[in-house]
Amino acid sequence: MTDLQAFREETKDWLEANCPPEMRKPGDVCWGGRNPQFSHPDQEIWLERMGDKGWTCPTWPNEYGGGGLSKDENKILQEEMAAIGARSPLGSFGIWMLGPALLEFASEEQKKEHLPGIVKGKYWWCQGYSEPGSGSDLASLSTKAVEDGDNYIINGQKIWTSYADRADKIFCLVRTGPQEPKHDGISFLLIDMDQPGVTTRPITLISGKSPFCETFFDDATAPKKDLVGGLNKGWTVAKRLLEHERTMISNMGLAGGGDGSGSKKMSGLAKVSKQYAGEDEEKKIANPSLRSKVAKHEMNSRAFGLTLQRIGEETKVGAPSPAAAMSKYYGTEHNKLRYELLLEAMGSKALGWEGEEFSPEELAITRDWLRTKANSIEGGTSEVQLNVISKRVLGLPD
Amino acid sequence: MALILNEEQQSLKDIAKDFLEKNAPITHFREIRDSANENGYSTELWKQMAELGWAGILVSEEYGGFNFGMMGMGGVLEETGKTLTPSPLFSTAVLGASLLEMAGDSSQKSNYLPQLVSGNLTTAFALEEGAHHSPTNISTNAKKDGENFVINGKKTFVIDGHTADLIIVAARTRGDEDDPNGISLFCVDSSSKGLKINRQSMVDSRNSAEIELKDVIVSEKDLLGDLHNSYSVIENVLDIARVAIAAEMLGNSSKAFEITLNYLKERKQFGVLIGSFQALKHRAAEMYSEIELTKSAVVSAMNAIDEKSNDTARLSSLCKFKACETSHLVSNESVQMHGGVGVTDEYDVGLFLKRSRVAEQVFGNADFHVDRYATLSEY
Repeated sequence: MTDLQAFREETKDWLEANCPPEMRKPGDVCWGGRNPQFSHPDQEIWLERMGDKGWTCPTWPNEYGGGGLSKDENKILQEEMAAIGARSPLGSFGIWMLGPALLEFASEEQKKEHLPGIVKGKYWWCQGYSEPGSGSDLASLSTKAVEDGDNYIINGQKIWTSYADRADKIFCLVRTGPQEPKHDGISFLLIDMDQPGVTTRPITLISGKSPFCETFFDDATAPKKDLVGGLNKGWTVAKRLLEHERTMISNMGLAGGGDGSGSKKMSGLAKVSKQYAGEDEEKKIANPSLRSKVAKHEMNSRAFGLTLQRIGEETKVGAPSPAAAMSKYYGTEHNKLRYELLLEAMGSKALGWEGEEFSPEELAITRDWLRTKANSIEGGTSEVQLNVISKRVLGLPD
Repeated sequence: MALILNEEQQSLKDIAKDFLEKNAPITHFREIRDSANENGYSTELWKQMAELGWAGILVSEEYGGFNFGMMGMGGVLEETGKTLTPSPLFSTAVLGASLLEMAGDSSQKSNYLPQLVSGNLTTAFALEEGAHHSPTNISTNAKKDGENFVINGKKTFVIDGHTADLIIVAARTRGDEDDPNGISLFCVDSSSKGLKINRQSMVDSRNSAEIELKDVIVSEKDLLGDLHNSYSVIENVLDIARVAIAAEMLGNSSKAFEITLNYLKERKQFGVLIGSFQALKHRAAEMYSEIELTKSAVVSAMNAIDEKSNDTARLSSLCKFKACETSHLVSNESVQMHGGVGVTDEYDVGLFLKRSRVAEQVFGNADFHVDRYATLSEY
């Protein structure tokens, strides 16, 4: 038996013994934090067991609390979890965005201090990047941090801070070099949200939900040791973290059901189209124009899924694939189109706002449709992504 | 699923690239076109290609081939798409080889395949009868007459039809027009009596022919595959051919895009490089994204054919659809971004545009494959 086979057997046994029954069903994923909310007692047990093993962050090194698994071992872990329907034990911006950036840029002390808390879900991290005056032109940000003994004093305002009202800590871009050229005066600072100088206010979106907040800093403080990547060197950290964020968002383009696999199962979009627009005697979607749009969309879903897969294979073999640059742009635009097609298929039934005249699924589609409009804005607009592709991949001049 | 070429497949593609750039660049295509070459391709070049083994890539070893698979063939075709190289590679090494391999009996195989592999026999597949691809729309008929069949009908858009030694004809032996049951295949020698072959002069200057069959007599032994029941073989061969032409189209799009990008980086207007204009940058980035998606669709379909996946039909339609959409977009944008010189014969982008439109029509355009994909997915 090879090492990998042995690892698969051990993993299978461990999961079988440790994954509680409730966590083998689909459902919400826990986000941890100082005051974690568990929708079921099993969720807490599952988080604790997986956190102790480091398998909430399987490929992070052991010394920072991670699982220390190789890519191949992690693939086995994911496969074995999928095999028993095991839910992800923990989700967070710490895992998807901050952690990878810390692993690359933080000092040894900073890694030891912050990474284990992410692995175990002890703190809920949020991201302080955009400001009211700095959207696509992020580097023009003006929230400032001024030295004061062992601390920085922070003043300014962030916006579009996801879940700031529930977060314990924030990773933040602050201006530390007001005299420097704009990209060279920015630092990457970790700030605790639990202090009088930090307040948050949720923003109600067109979907009626409030996943984003405004975050205000009025003489908030952060210790100097929590500045990551060097004074005025925050832009480098920021850019890399954005790549992680874009990967996270681009994967949403596949969340709707289309994938690169050969599954012949009818997709949600086609099924919904038949249900609401009817089918003809040959079991085709009755409206030929809708049918054609649905098929094109499904075909592009599949080609996009295959592209993400190919990028994965190319990255494994050697250099990072330049195709990765298009995934955020394409994935989010594609996801928006998917919801427009759902609306087209469902007609007025997808336009309910609330009440019992609509099914919960119908109401969810309405809200989700509105939510997708932010996909191509957050984490760098589609237009910014196209600029990135033309500059970095195609080498077109400024 | 392997979505990248392995070392051997990549090396075959690299060799093809070197060979074509040296021996058959775009200037070679122009020479063939401008000299009104009767064959529409260089027989000398085809010999060299056969010596390199390209005619036998899809042929089994038993009949002198290399059994190298679609991942190998697709790479070569992609390179011929970049250089616009005219040759019987598609009609003979893809269509003829696959039809004979899949439907031929052992005497037909040993009769034709070794000849085909050595470059001494070229083939054409006479299928289409109308303006649009429709593999069931066959009214050309073959009637039993003792130990012979007598074929009557008219075929169009037969690639390399006027130069092929062997023409494989799809004819109806029973059933009504559009009935998939009742279609048979016949090996017809191009010198047969009653064959009238007219070369069609196409916009891309590549070979196509109209073939009229008037009481063409073939022997029972020339029936290729089962009587009445060849539709499933035709479908399987078409799926291979669609992936093959899609690979060529991917090469076409990649090259047209590369030429256009270079132009954006050297052409100045208003004192600056036109590639600095966001109106052009964003469109270039969108083309790049579409080419990347097409690449993935093509390689996954090649892989499906080699692995005999049960999802080959859908993946084949997927890749032809993406190849059509992308080369349509890229060829139009390439001409537009070149401005005035883009519509001159001197610049190459116009040649890519012309080839793109013809290739789009080969064995189903984008609409055909969208409909087919939906039907195969049961909606």
